Amino acid sequence: MVYMIYARMSKKEVEHIMKVCITAQGATPDAKVEERFGRAPYFILMDSETEAFEAVANPFADGAGGVGPKAAQLILNHQVAVLISGLLGGNARAVFDAAGVSMYTYHSGGRVRDALKEFRNNTLERMK
Amino acid sequence: MKLAVASGKGGTGKSMVAANLAYTLSQTEQVTLVDCDVEEPNLHLFFPAPATKNDVTVPVPVVDAAACDRCGKCGEFCQYGAITVLPNRVLFFPELCHSCGGCTLVCPKRAIHEELQRIGTLSVSAPLPGLTLISGLLDTGSPHAVPIIEAVKERADGDPLVICDSAPGTSCPVVATLDGCDACILVTESTPFGLHDLQLAVDVAARLGVPAGIVINRSDGKDEATLRFCIDHDLEILTTIPFSREIAAIQSRGDLLCWVRPEWQKDFSALAAKCRSLAGVEQ
Repeated sequence: MVYMIYARMSKKEVEHIMKVCITAQGATPDAKVEERFGRAPYFILMDSETEAFEAVANPFADGAGGVGPKAAQLILNHQVAVLISGLLGGNARAVFDAAGVSMYTYHSGGRVRDALKEFRNNTLERMK
Repeated sequence: MKLAVASGKGGTGKSMVAANLAYTLSQTEQVTLVDCDVEEPNLHLFFPAPATKNDVTVPVPVVDAAACDRCGKCGEFCQYGAITVLPNRVLFFPELCHSCGGCTLVCPKRAIHEELQRIGTLSVSAPLPGLTLISGLLDTGSPHAVPIIEAVKERADGDPLVICDSAPGTSCPVVATLDGCDACILVTESTPFGLHDLQLAVDVAARLGVPAGIVINRSDGKDEATLRFCIDHDLEILTTIPFSREIAAIQSRGDLLCWVRPEWQKDFSALAAKCRSLAGVEQ
């Protein structure tokens, strides 16, 4: 299930812009940030400048095992450059490391929009 | 007959029951005792004897980077998240791999082959004329106990009388041990913890379609709650072993009750007979 809402840009333009993935409890930027990565109900893919977003439901949220790398593969298929979440397991982190995706930690309990704002203000801590 | 000894709760006396049952039966027939508690096997402590050891291996995929075009089919197929395909390379997480071989089959470029990876040891010994002991031991750091349990059970395939001593709990290792058995003994103790975990174990056995009977160990002589549960669920009490300082002392020395106190052999012979009727096997 993929929702695509582009605020001000055509689909073609969006595809060429760096995307930020934020783990979320719901399908919009007003949903709270989910601090778990592999079991997050939704991934909100946002354009950091225009705030155009795409919500991707996580099919692995209730999976038995290996959900970290499987969710990571799903995100990578969407050409994401930045990931914002609470915690990442070692396997998912290895995938993003190898793919050159920057990972940031967000623990403030706010909405997806708030996390993006903090990212833009450069106040999020980078995961090492 | 293939018989499993399981419990749910740990420390109820599975290995004690399995060892004494195997010892008693080995006086009159050929018995294969299989230690399926491969994370912490200890039946060999009751039956010390020189053992032949072999590696247990599982096949894991190896990707030929030159032949692979990163199509991603292997990663899509893998239900365990063990393969991630990046635009420029393939990542493999061996601890997530269940050795199903699916990635090798779905690769359109035939770029994946399998190599054997060691995950543990299989030991076989003959501590008594009528007794063969097969034990599995999972390597430290290996996450999958099930392939070792399958290996030790396979080694006993075709033997006339097999007793499989299970790990505690209700997860994959227990399921792998019970799977294919003709009957199982569930060992419990008369405590709320013993009863709680017995209920879970009874559920697992029922779902696997393995007929189960109950052994109450360290009985307080009353066992009201356990008896009520067994009546309600139509479970036979196969035998009751009392809470006794003498039995505890024999057991904690690593001795066998039936060897130190041979009069107990008739109780374990009777237990075996009840297991045979539970399994529907001719006496």
